[in-house]
Amino acid sequence: MARKILLEHIDVPGINTYDVYRSKGGYASVEKALKTMNPQDVVEEVKKSGLRGRGGAGFPTGMKWSFLAKPEGVPSYLVCNADESEPGTFKDRYLMEYLPHLLIEGMITSSYALGANTSYIYIRGEYFYLVRILEKAISEAYANGWLGKNILGTNYSLDLYVHPGAGAYICGEETALLESLEGKRGNPRIKPPFPAIAGLYGCPTVVNNVETIAAVVPIINMTGDEYAKIGIGRSAGTKLISASGHIKKPGVYEIEMGITVEDFIYSDEYCGGILNDKKLKAVVAGGSSVPILPADLILTTANGEKRLMSYESLADGGFATGTMLGSGGFIVMDESTSIVQNLHTFARFYHHESCGQCSPCREGTGWMEKIIHKILDGHGTLEDIDLLWDIQRKIEGNTICPLGDAAAWPVASAIRHFRHEFEEFVKNPSAQREVKYYFHCNNIDTAAAYSSI
Amino acid sequence: MSELKEVRFSAESEDLIQNLIKRYPEGKQKSALIPALHIAQAEYDGWLSVPVMDKIAEILNIKPIEVYEVASFYSMFNLNPVGKCLIEVCRTSSCWLRGANDVVAHIEKRLGIKDGETTPDGKFTLKTVECLGSCGTAPMLQIGEHFHENLTLENVDELINKYKTETSHSKYLDGSTFRKY
Repeated sequence: MARKILLEHIDVPGINTYDVYRSKGGYASVEKALKTMNPQDVVEEVKKSGLRGRGGAGFPTGMKWSFLAKPEGVPSYLVCNADESEPGTFKDRYLMEYLPHLLIEGMITSSYALGANTSYIYIRGEYFYLVRILEKAISEAYANGWLGKNILGTNYSLDLYVHPGAGAYICGEETALLESLEGKRGNPRIKPPFPAIAGLYGCPTVVNNVETIAAVVPIINMTGDEYAKIGIGRSAGTKLISASGHIKKPGVYEIEMGITVEDFIYSDEYCGGILNDKKLKAVVAGGSSVPILPADLILTTANGEKRLMSYESLADGGFATGTMLGSGGFIVMDESTSIVQNLHTFARFYHHESCGQCSPCREGTGWMEKIIHKILDGHGTLEDIDLLWDIQRKIEGNTICPLGDAAAWPVASAIRHFRHEFEEFVKNPSAQREVKYYFHCNNIDTAAAYSSI
Repeated sequence: MSELKEVRFSAESEDLIQNLIKRYPEGKQKSALIPALHIAQAEYDGWLSVPVMDKIAEILNIKPIEVYEVASFYSMFNLNPVGKCLIEVCRTSSCWLRGANDVVAHIEKRLGIKDGETTPDGKFTLKTVECLGSCGTAPMLQIGEHFHENLTLENVDELINKYKTETSHSKYLDGSTFRKY
């Protein structure tokens, strides 16, 4: 059975409004934290829970919090990263749209733990309709005494603001996000210093993903020890998975970590199997930047064990035969999909989104897009495939922020696992030249489906 | 630069920007730049001209170049005029897998324009964009703050017909989007 913690009340009508949310036990974690716990106790509970950052990196949240510097007389900030832009990921949007108060409750409890009296939710600009929803929920929280001065009659005060971005994937990188919040271009900063020492306006700052902050609510309510029992091993708790692509039931699913990938793709409780009952070809398991895996390797590890939905199991085998849980953006491709053409959309994406600060990424992402485009156009050579491999290797690890790695990994994994498809494109381009529109979609009535291999 | 004309924001926009500045610590009013540019773009026909950006610099007490460098970085800011209805079609992986290219091709055919162009009557601009976080409901397009998802070509036709008669510019936000502090 699916274990719902974050989405426990998702089906309750009106759960997006304050009254209904409160009647279902909402804001209990704030009461518990502010009335019965010191800020340090809250940090300890989060440490015990084993919660790991849900934005993609999977860094232990409690540890991140404990790095926060606390110099005298300097404010500290909590900033929620709602710049969800990783292709394939839409869980934060779902959470904010249907459970805005869960995020606000998590922001209050977390801000209390970190001693922050001003907190921001940085949300991507394209989600302006969510700004409207969050602003309304924040107004309700202020009106009911959960935000503002002396919350619940304690000495603790907090102001919470929503800040929209304006279209830049790079602002999901935490230091780029802080630059953007300061009204600048989203160029990532050189680390160290880390935001925990010098973040927003040079003050100690914690940046956490929406889902991470939401998870603090059940952790405080049920205790960290109880939360740590959910899931498997070091992958504690539940994870929201955004499932998309060629599946029968795309959407956001909350899973207890440790279920099998096979179960997730094929059971009716989750994705419901492949669209039109075709065969599974490949999966990008954690958002566009993680390595793509062919069907056999996503279902079982190289050792023949069933692959599980957890940080460790998905990473089993390293990049040679494994991938990453990342942000949980689960993109499924059926047998008719051209890996090279799909890769072109990724390469174009990273070229478009590179901030241009580091040469390997600025130039390399452009070269990769051009070479893949050249191959798609039927002018590719076998050397181009080696050149692509060479370029991605020279980007990886040579940039200030992880966007360079994120751009390199999809290219590397596509060549590693599907080199024959690139060769096919190069050797037999005429079969591809006529393919103007790359894929036939089941809910659009186009002439015919193109199978590219 | 002979075309420079006096830019005067409506009292509502001016008030909203002043209110947004209060969200940030004293002396950090530059933080309000991105929201302020959104408000300016919404009031001035969906794009940012140099005089409009200069006015924002004046309001925030920062140098004009600080505004230009930000406006040119973010993809939602248009530095050239756009049509009344700006159609932004997502084309990244999940949307592509579910037929985004068909949607783009259909719109191009219906409107007789290519990606990035505006119809001669100034009604529509077509812009392809990268992932908008609507992968589970692909293919999709955005017009103003509205997401149109699970598209079929019939839906696209309906949208085009609907926006044909629209007289005001599509906007990401209006005066009621932000809470007043």
